[in-house]
Amino acid sequence: MVTIYDRRPGISRRDLLKRGGAAGVGALLVISGTAVISQQDAWGLETTALKPETMATLIQMARDVYPHDQVPDKYYAIAVKSHDEAAAKDAAHKDLIEKGVADLDQRSGAGGYRGLGWEEERVKVLRQIEETPFFQAIRGGLVVGLYNQKEVWPIFGYEGESYSKGGYIARGFDDIEWL
Amino acid sequence: MAAPYDLNDDSVVVIIGSGAGGGTLGSELAQKGIDTVILEAGPRVEYDAFVNDEWDSFGQLAWKDMRTTGGTWRVAKDFPNLPAWIVKAVGGSTTHWAGASLRFQEHEFKTLTHYGKIEGASLLDWPISLADLEPYYAKAEDRMGVTRTNGIEGLPGNNNFKIMKAGADKLGYKDCHTGNMAINSAERDGRNFCQQTGFCFQGCKWGAKWSTLYSEIPKGEATGKLEVRPNAQAVKIEHDASGKVTGVTYADKDGKLSTQKARIVAVAGNSIESPRLLLNSASSMFPNGLANSSGQVGKNYMRHTTGSVYAIFDKPVHFYRGTTMAGIIRDEAKHDTSRGFAGGYELETLALGVPFMAAFLDPGAWGRSFTTALDHYDHMAGMWIVGEDMPRDVNAVTLDPAAKDAFGMPVAHVSFTDHANDEAMRNHAYRQGAALYDAVGATRTFPTPPYPSTHNLGTNRMSDKPSEGVVNKFGQAHDIKNLFVSDGSQFTTGGAENPTLTIVSLAIRQADYIAQEMSAKNI
Ligand SMILES: Cc1cc2nc3c(=O)[nH]c(=O)nc-3n(C[C@H](O)[C@H](O)[C@H](O)COP(=O)(O)OP(=O)(O)OC[C@H]3O[C@@H](n4cnc5c(N)ncnc54)[C@H](O)[C@@H]3O)c2cc1C
Ligand code: SF4
Repeated sequence: MVTIYDRRPGISRRDLLKRGGAAGVGALLVISGTAVISQQDAWGLETTALKPETMATLIQMARDVYPHDQVPDKYYAIAVKSHDEAAAKDAAHKDLIEKGVADLDQRSGAGGYRGLGWEEERVKVLRQIEETPFFQAIRGGLVVGLYNQKEVWPIFGYEGESYSKGGYIARGFDDIEWL
Repeated sequence: MAAPYDLNDDSVVVIIGSGAGGGTLGSELAQKGIDTVILEAGPRVEYDAFVNDEWDSFGQLAWKDMRTTGGTWRVAKDFPNLPAWIVKAVGGSTTHWAGASLRFQEHEFKTLTHYGKIEGASLLDWPISLADLEPYYAKAEDRMGVTRTNGIEGLPGNNNFKIMKAGADKLGYKDCHTGNMAINSAERDGRNFCQQTGFCFQGCKWGAKWSTLYSEIPKGEATGKLEVRPNAQAVKIEHDASGKVTGVTYADKDGKLSTQKARIVAVAGNSIESPRLLLNSASSMFPNGLANSSGQVGKNYMRHTTGSVYAIFDKPVHFYRGTTMAGIIRDEAKHDTSRGFAGGYELETLALGVPFMAAFLDPGAWGRSFTTALDHYDHMAGMWIVGEDMPRDVNAVTLDPAAKDAFGMPVAHVSFTDHANDEAMRNHAYRQGAALYDAVGATRTFPTPPYPSTHNLGTNRMSDKPSEGVVNKFGQAHDIKNLFVSDGSQFTTGGAENPTLTIVSLAIRQADYIAQEMSAKNI
């Protein structure tokens, strides 16, 4: 096996897998005042321009667009947070997001988008709107918003910056043993 | 040290662009005692300031100014304003490049002769042969410290290479090794050796990889005959009533315009900006743009037939560790039409970090089919396809009729549509790449579409006859004696090989020619 060097203290791969695996989906997110709160992982996200319900739906939608079961909700929340910031500055953006989420809820039946229990059901709704500017704004933003978070890289086994550690010349650039 | 030249000094050679072509030419001329000014649109970022971070590095070095796209290539849909990944900084794309340094094969200089006429392609023989370029290839390899030449050892193979090699052996490929890389395997030319950091595309912080930024340009500057002027973006090449070029008007970073007078002008802004500048320099005397009596400026835009194959294994690989591209299979580079296409391709190892993998694996894709690929990122191996594409009239860099840059100049519109030969080649390479990984136990493979172009070629092609191209066999404009093209846009056809070694060799050869013509008072 290859060796993992310099793991960040505190988030071992196994820990993340455990946390992510148990976290499930948006049902565990609670709306309180202007915030979305994850009781299980002890984090909260205050919204300023978007409704907190909208933010909770965006977090669920982000996970359904780029589902990684081992990535906790927190990182999806960080990834879509920029839409709240953009909405605060730009009424058109706020409108795009609020209307997009309302449309999503309406297409999802009585319980709304977050009320659909299976990812498959939610994805079916997303497929209906995947060409819309709303969907493309969310998906497009996630490509950098989610995958460029340094904190998620270790979850995928990517070690990031390596110059300060002297490269991989003595840290396993050629350590494959199973071939 | 670097000589500052006066704007009115009309004895200097002015070079536009400091990358593989321009940086090499400038340094060569200065070392021959010729006064030279390089105008570089981007900033000067020294190698200790490079960052091991894909998007941050892109922000630091890449050309991000507006461009537009057309044609049926997928890049136009996924990245409509980013047709190419090239650099805007001193050193040009030799800061981001991976270092693969291959000579063209003999037949690739004479494709019309060897492939015959191909419908929908504008094949043409180069006005030079491999024999003409061989002495310059030898000089360039020595200058750049290319591994497996000049007694320089190959680089050690990383995990990604070991998988490629195991698969190559299983498929019966014979010509597979860690490449001819302009990356030091041992200290050389005052530069460190490769520490296997794995960020070759983000600029080598160790200086182990050759770049005009820290290899060629400082040597030119040390003569006192070379001035590199950063943040100086050429907007127009000026000429006089006799049709000779007389100087270059450029904008500094605040948009202030100045004109640097010149005895000779050499254009080396890479194959999108070079034709754009010639077209933007149109005048009443040259209404279709400078050096464009043939109508060929901007035509025959080539980008190599590329694509990638990634594969997932049931065990870890960590392919991002170590050199990005030090691994090659050359068996498919030959011209052998029994495969169903003309020309050939190389297979080279490639790794991207998580941020770029997410952006480029299957742009626009979402859902589990996409995300389960990334879930196994540390179990991935990858290779890049680089093959000869067909030059086509319809593939062209033109001036966008509407969009303008910060200085009010029309931006480049880059249009590209694959030729059927390109598609047949790419599909063949996808199959071979997948078969190779399957042979070593891949559980899933991904035929990944081409990225924004890193190899941009052919838009000021070299030709024997003035009616068929823009420049002669020395890169000198057919129409204007004291105007040269010194970058990859000179390529008549693209070959299967990564282009930089050929660009550098042509620049060294051109420097000899310019010096000779200057002393003969011909220019
Ligand atoms: C990620 C990546 C990996 C690559 N890997 C390889 C490889 O392994 N092997 C290989 O052979 N090639 C590789 N290449 C390609 C290689 O970098 C280019 O082929 C080569 O650098 C092109 O040389 P050039 O002189 O034509 O242009 P560049 O090196 O791009 O230089 C052009 C310069 O001109 C400047 N410029 C443009 N317009 C103006 C203007 N109007 N005024 C002033 N300055 C201007 C630009 O800012 C730039 O600095 C790679 C490229 C990239 C992006
Ligand atoms: S892998 Fe080697 S050549 Fe590439 S950036 Fe690191 S030290 Fe430089």
